[in-house]
Amino acid sequence: MNALALYGRYVATSLRAQAQYPAATLMLTAGHFAATAIEILGVFALFDRFGPVGGWSFGEAAVFYALVNIMFSIADLLSRGFEAFGTDFVRTGAFDRVLLRPRAAALQLAGYEVRLSRLGRLLQASVVLILASSLVPITWDAAAVATAVWAVAGGVALFAGILVLQATLAFWTIDSLEIMNVLTYGGVQAAQYPLNVYAAWFRRVLTFGLPLACVAYYPVLAILKRPDPLGAPDWFLPLAPIAGFAFLALSFVAWRAGMARYASTGS
Amino acid sequence: MPQILVEALAKTYRVAERAPGLTGALRGLVRRRWRPVHALADVSFSLEAGELLAFIGPNGAGKSTTVKILSGILRPTSGRVEVDGLVPYEDRVRHVARIGVVFGQRSQLWWDLPVIDGFDLLADIYRVGPERYRRRRDELVAMLRLEPLLDQPVRQLSLGQRMRAEFAAALLHDPTILFLDEPTIGLDAPSKLAVRDFVRQLNREQGVTVLLTTHDMHDVEALAERVIVIGQGRLLTDGPFESLRTSVLAERRLHIDFAGPAPALEMPGVTVRARSERSLELAFDPAEIPVAKLIAAVAAQHAVEDIHVDEPAIEEVIARFYDLHDAGEA
Repeated sequence: MNALALYGRYVATSLRAQAQYPAATLMLTAGHFAATAIEILGVFALFDRFGPVGGWSFGEAAVFYALVNIMFSIADLLSRGFEAFGTDFVRTGAFDRVLLRPRAAALQLAGYEVRLSRLGRLLQASVVLILASSLVPITWDAAAVATAVWAVAGGVALFAGILVLQATLAFWTIDSLEIMNVLTYGGVQAAQYPLNVYAAWFRRVLTFGLPLACVAYYPVLAILKRPDPLGAPDWFLPLAPIAGFAFLALSFVAWRAGMARYASTGS
Repeated sequence: MPQILVEALAKTYRVAERAPGLTGALRGLVRRRWRPVHALADVSFSLEAGELLAFIGPNGAGKSTTVKILSGILRPTSGRVEVDGLVPYEDRVRHVARIGVVFGQRSQLWWDLPVIDGFDLLADIYRVGPERYRRRRDELVAMLRLEPLLDQPVRQLSLGQRMRAEFAAALLHDPTILFLDEPTIGLDAPSKLAVRDFVRQLNREQGVTVLLTTHDMHDVEALAERVIVIGQGRLLTDGPFESLRTSVLAERRLHIDFAGPAPALEMPGVTVRARSERSLELAFDPAEIPVAKLIAAVAAQHAVEDIHVDEPAIEEVIARFYDLHDAGEA
C-alpha cells in the first residue's frame, strides 16, 4: 500500500476511533463553531464602530478572515500528531513505537489523529466566506476559484509547516511548546487583517519571515481584483502562495535534523 | 554468518547536571553543565538464527539501550551492529520491516479500536498482502486464543489479554527476529505461563530468533538456553544459565525435619542456614560433600522424618552474581 493510500487508512481509523465518543465529538465541534463565531462578531463590531480600516470594508476584511481560518482549520484538522508531538510522543516514549514501523515517521504523525472538532472552525469560516461574497462584489469565476483553492493549499502547507517546526522543537525541549501558539493562533489573528494596516517592519515579517501575507493577503487581492495598495506587481499576487510550500519544505529540513538528534539521544 | 552481530558497542548519553531546588533549576536554564553517562561501555556478542537469548541485568544496566540500538531507534556512540546484513540505525525502514518488537510496558495497538481493526491497519503499514495476511492472522489468532477478543476495543482488554494481542500484532508481518522487552511484567501467573509457552513454540517450531530482556528469572529459567548478564554497560557473562549457577553459587540446600528437637549439627563444609524447633536448613557444596554421604551421616545420628534437597532460587544466584561484580543499580 502506497503512502497516500495508507494515509487514507489512518484518517479512516482516526474517524472510527472518534465515532466511539459521538457526543463528545459533536459538542467539541459545536464549541469550536461558537468560539470562532464570536471572533468574526468582534471584527464586525470594530468595523461597525470605526468604519473602513485602511481602505477596506467589513465585507472585504471578512474574505481575509474566512480564507485564513479555512486554511488554519484544515491544517489544524490534519496536523494533530505534530502539534501534540512533544507531550504525546516524545515524553511518553511513544515515538519509539512510530520508529518501529517501516514507514516515514512524518506520515505516521500526520495520520495520528484527524480532529473532527476542527470542522467547527472550518464550517464557521465557510459561512463567513459565503456571507462576505454577498457583501462585496466578488465574481467567482474559474480564475478566482482556482486562486482561492491554491491560496488555501499554500496556507494549509504554511500552517502545517509551523506545526512541524513546533514538533521539531520538541526533540530538544521534550514538551510541546505553547509558545509556538504565538505563530499559529497569533498568525491567524495577524493574517485575517489586510497587510497594509500594519507597520512596515511587521509587513516584512509577514511576507519574508512567516509568509502569511503570501497565502492570504496577496491572493485575496487577486480574487477581489484589486491592485496592491503597497505596490506589489499584479503578476505576483496569484503566485505568492507558493511561499507556503517553501516554508513547509524548510520545516521538514529542520525535522530531519531533529530526527537525527533523537537517534543519538533517545529522548 | 550470525544473524545478529554486535561488536564493541558503546553508547554515551549527556545528562544535564543541575543543582537542587528552584534556584538550581533556574541556573540550569542559563548555563548547563553536562555529565557523560556511559550506558554501554563495550558490549560484543553474536546470535545465530533460531537462538533464544535472555538479556538480564539490574535496572540501568544498559538492556533497553541495547534493544533500542538493535531495533534501529538509537544510534550508538561507537561500535558495529549488523542484523541480517543491515545496520539497523542506518536503514531503519528496511530493518524494522523484518523484526517484531513487543514492549511489556507500552502498547503497539490502537487504544480505541477493536483488536481486529488494529491488525488490519498493521497489515497495510507492513505491506502484508491480503492472502498472506489472512493466513498469518488466522494462525496467530488460533495460537493465542484471540478469537473472542477480536471485536473488543483494546482499552477494554485485561493486561493478559492485551499482551496476547500485542504478540499477534508484532508477528503479523512474519518477522524472523523478535525482540521482547520485559514481556511478562505485571502479568498474573497463568498469563505469564501462556506468554512463555507461546514464545517457546515460536522459537522451536517456527525458528524465530528471540532476544528477551526481563527481570523475571522464571522467564529465563523457562525459556533461555543462553543468558547474557549485563551490568553498568558491560557484558559480565554470556553462556548457559547452568554454568552461571555453578560458577556463582554452586551450593545445594538440605532441608531436614526431625522426629524430635533439631540437633546442633556440626560438620565440616556444612553451614546451618536456618533452624526452627524441629527442622534445619543446611547449605553445602556438593563437590566437597556428596549429597548421599551427607544424608547418610545425618540419618545415622538422628531420627529424621522428612528430607529434601534443593538449589538456591535463580533470583538468589543472580543477586549474588550482581554482588560479585559490583553491578547493582547505580
